[in-house]
Amino acid sequence: MAKSPKKTTFGKVLRYMKGYRVPFAVSLVLAALIVAGTLYIPILAGQAIDLAVGKDNVDFKGIFRLLVIIGTVCGVTALCQWIMNVINNKITFGIVRKLRRDAFVKLQSLPLSYLDTKPVGDTVSRVISDVDQFGDGLLMGFSQFFTGILTILGTIGFMISISIPITVVVVVITPLSLFVAAFIAKNTFSLFKAQSETRAEQTALIDEMIGEHKVVAAFSHEDEALERFDEINGRLQKSSLKALFYSSLTNPCTRFVNNLVYAAVAFVGAMICIKQGDVTGGLTVGGLFSLLNYANQYTKPFNEISGVVTELQNSLACASRLFELIDRPSQTPDAPNAHILTEDEVDGNVSIEDVSFSYTPDRELIRDFNLSIEKGQRVAIVGPTGCGKTTVINLLMRFYDVDSGSIRVSGHDIRELTRGSLRASYGMVLQDTWLKSGTIRENIIMGKPDATDDEIIGAAKLTHAHSFIRRLPQGYDTVIGEDGGSLSQGQKQLLCITRVLLSLPPMLILDEATSSIDTRTEIIIQNSFALMMKGRTSFIVAHRLSTIKEADIILVMDNGRIIEKGNHEELLSKGGFYANLWNSQFE
Amino acid sequence: MKVILRFLRKYKLECVIAPLFKLLEACFDLMVPLVVQSIVDKGIANGDTSYILKMCLVLVSLGIIGLVCAVIAQYFAAKAAVGMATGMRHSLFSHLGRFSYSETDKLGTSSMITRMTSDVNQLQSGVNMSLRLFLRSPIIVFGAMIMAFFVNPDIALVFVVVIPVLSVIVFGIILAGIPLYRRVQSRLDRVTSLTRENLSGVRVIRAFNKENEEISEFETANGEHTKIQNFTGRITALMNPLTYVVVNLGIIAIIYFSAPAVNTGNMSQGELIAMYNYMTQILVELVKLANTIFLVTKALACARRIEAVFDTPTGMNIADDPATEGVENSPAVEFEGAALTYSSASAPSVSGVNFKAQNGMTVGIIGGTGSGKTTLVNMIPRFYDATEGVVRFMGRDVREYDLEFLRTQIAVVPQKAVLFKGTVRSNLCWGRENATDGELWAALEIAQAADFIREKDGGLDARVEQKGRNFSGGQRQRLCIARAIVSKAPVLILDDSASALDFATEARRRHAILNLDYNPCVFIISQRTSSISHADLILVLDDGAVVGQGTHEELLHGCDVYREIYRSLFKGGEANG
Repeated sequence: MAKSPKKTTFGKVLRYMKGYRVPFAVSLVLAALIVAGTLYIPILAGQAIDLAVGKDNVDFKGIFRLLVIIGTVCGVTALCQWIMNVINNKITFGIVRKLRRDAFVKLQSLPLSYLDTKPVGDTVSRVISDVDQFGDGLLMGFSQFFTGILTILGTIGFMISISIPITVVVVVITPLSLFVAAFIAKNTFSLFKAQSETRAEQTALIDEMIGEHKVVAAFSHEDEALERFDEINGRLQKSSLKALFYSSLTNPCTRFVNNLVYAAVAFVGAMICIKQGDVTGGLTVGGLFSLLNYANQYTKPFNEISGVVTELQNSLACASRLFELIDRPSQTPDAPNAHILTEDEVDGNVSIEDVSFSYTPDRELIRDFNLSIEKGQRVAIVGPTGCGKTTVINLLMRFYDVDSGSIRVSGHDIRELTRGSLRASYGMVLQDTWLKSGTIRENIIMGKPDATDDEIIGAAKLTHAHSFIRRLPQGYDTVIGEDGGSLSQGQKQLLCITRVLLSLPPMLILDEATSSIDTRTEIIIQNSFALMMKGRTSFIVAHRLSTIKEADIILVMDNGRIIEKGNHEELLSKGGFYANLWNSQFE
Repeated sequence: MKVILRFLRKYKLECVIAPLFKLLEACFDLMVPLVVQSIVDKGIANGDTSYILKMCLVLVSLGIIGLVCAVIAQYFAAKAAVGMATGMRHSLFSHLGRFSYSETDKLGTSSMITRMTSDVNQLQSGVNMSLRLFLRSPIIVFGAMIMAFFVNPDIALVFVVVIPVLSVIVFGIILAGIPLYRRVQSRLDRVTSLTRENLSGVRVIRAFNKENEEISEFETANGEHTKIQNFTGRITALMNPLTYVVVNLGIIAIIYFSAPAVNTGNMSQGELIAMYNYMTQILVELVKLANTIFLVTKALACARRIEAVFDTPTGMNIADDPATEGVENSPAVEFEGAALTYSSASAPSVSGVNFKAQNGMTVGIIGGTGSGKTTLVNMIPRFYDATEGVVRFMGRDVREYDLEFLRTQIAVVPQKAVLFKGTVRSNLCWGRENATDGELWAALEIAQAADFIREKDGGLDARVEQKGRNFSGGQRQRLCIARAIVSKAPVLILDDSASALDFATEARRRHAILNLDYNPCVFIISQRTSSISHADLILVLDDGAVVGQGTHEELLHGCDVYREIYRSLFKGGEANG
């Protein structure tokens, strides 16, 4: 069980690598060349050393020949190294790019029922940092895993070619270094865990006390907070010191084992040299030199590989978080024969028939709801904050699908229409004003990309947005940052309204903004709303009593449910929730 | 930099010991090639087995001494780094704790939190690594060169050429890489912000059918990121091959120049091997040094950000001889020509405030959003200081009081209802530490919170999660009111705290607060006339100016703005908050 998801993730990663078969093969060949070159040079140097034995015993010609070979091998190896790195980068960054693209494309088709339950930060971190970490791991894997293994094999091969007994010495003692490294890692794991737990505890406290610093200051609670902080801080100091110290023992310890190997090779090698004397075919000083060089480097790939393995595991974990997103089922696609609603067709009649809906199966919200809205009628949705007024918007715009029953626009079941044409027939202004980073103009023409300057300015004048836009440094071409940048809430709201007014679809969904807007802007916004609603079927999440009172149909919501419907008089005479709400104004 | 030294000062000894032992370790590392040289020249050449054994034991003991030195160095480096980080966190926390609201606004809480957590952590590992490597690497590099001179001064000249060339390559690529990496990061930031924007605007994007445009915009940014990534990769990938070539050229040079020397008998085979070994040692250490420099530049950036916090002075001027009692028989709160201009603003947020509020009085403050209601009351407990005029509490300028005393005399229910991790009791006791259970329950009753607390497991000892997220917004708000009442402070400020309550509950609560037995001076901020119509004094604010003050009846007749707000209730007011 534990292994299979990892395997499938790996399989998915492989699928992404499919397009890179050739570069991948080239990269492997280059890696082999690099390893061969890197390992061959110490041997060549050893041979050269053997040709410079002592006074009057130097083969200049031979040495020169070897030096030329060393130069060539090193040049070729270096070139291979660079090309391999570039290829590996290309593969990794290409895969990263494709992963991000696929994730982003997926985001456009994921149902809102999924996106609404996931915090934005969580999804962003999957698309950005998880992919990044995956890429890092992949790159490291490419450049170190394969070369590491080849280096180990190559080293053993070359060592055997020089001296079998010494190879045995190296192969037998070196695992000790791995054992030491593993031992330290195993024992520091719990220390690191303790450290990160304490750290998390401290971060939580910081988050609370600094994040809500104003309240802390209001109650003069700073000293108590500092006391609690210091207590955790002291524990963190102890656990950090332990974790940091013990984990930093790995390097010195493996280096020590390495030194042991080195000494052993030196001893055994020197002994063999003496015994065999100058007999050709035995171990020469140059050979011993090459072996010492290998002994020095032999453990490095082992350490690298064990590092790469953890890195790859981490990277697979990141990939699986991303695939979890990419492999989510998309919203039901538009039917192939879905009807495209044209603007002329939309007459403003909307009927809701036997609709039942719930976000989670265990909490039924709307059941057998019926409502028929005629052209030009106003529907006000009222209720206390957080009563679920957006549910109605979610269903009308088909952000969510009804569980049963149907919603019809101009006689068509909205599930038989393309989402695009359905949504285009509504103009929507939400209280949560959202603007794209880009110019003011780009934001306004969202619903009508081919609008002329006159049309744009005309719409902006109607909503009174023109006057503040004009005063911006670059007018309509002023670039605004993420989430509207420095614009005030009211100005953002005006832009959102202008955006809808420019395209002015036959039906409207409006969320009356009441908070965080000054009175004067509020009046302007009210007037713009009134302007738009003239003759259009509109759904208004209403806060103002005037809007509510004048609405043709009032939907009263509480706790996510529609509990009453009717017009003002009907509801008042009913003496229910609405009447109560209304009358409490005058208490 | 200054900030690092300030917190390392307590660890002077550690800061000397750690590099010192690293240096010793490096010196022992430098001995190894010499030992190998004598094994070749004396041991093998003479066939002296016992000498070889002796030298190999020397190698082992060099290893052991090296290990001991390294362990000591690692310990003291870790101790200094961790100690510095701990001290830094403590000072940061207590410094941030003394910030007034203005400084908090300026820095922003999320940036304050980042600095306390990840910045300090990065700095800790930066200091740890520098203590360990900054001395070791240069010592090995230059030590190798010096040793080479001992072995053979003529051939050692190769080192004199190779080391600068290597340094130029390593540092050149690092220097070229830093701005490139920054560009990679800024391209990635763009990709991040597009993703975040896409998610936060998902409804609007789908409503306008902009999915495809979003994808193509993302594609462009994504492609640009990949492009600069590849370019940066091509440059930084030069480091290894180039250094590899240079070191091998150095080796070729060593062998080439050594051959004649060996031939004339001026140099032994073992010396040649030693030279070779020193050359390879240099390469390894330079790469380590490069990585350390990378880490250190990062850590220095963190240090600068932390330093900026310490450089932000804690704003409040505290009186030299702070008062801890008021003047008898004076009004609880008095404003005289008070005005407040925020440091980042050009115009005052509120100005020309004049009124007196006696003990036991209820003061209502009404006005639209952004009219300056909260700003006005924030001057009473000195969350912000008035930039003009005087605010008095119990007959004395608030600036004359001991700040802690002043704030215990004024209980605030802020607009944003915030609770802290702990229990209901621990939260309520923020108001007053030694409050009895009876007092706590009484406060809960007044705040209309007793019912739901009684239903909770554990009652007063029911757990409160971080930021109180296991309570609903309305419940949190009522608990915040209870917390303020527990303090029995002579001044109670309720900042729009009725917005999440339904009307009936609010009416009951309003009634209860009017009849508090300790008879505080109550300030109520609201957008609705119904919440404050009963007040003894009502201040009407519009765009930062007091446009009317008096009772409900007086204002209905004499104040246009008030009348407008009152009427909007019947003709276009809010049905709820």
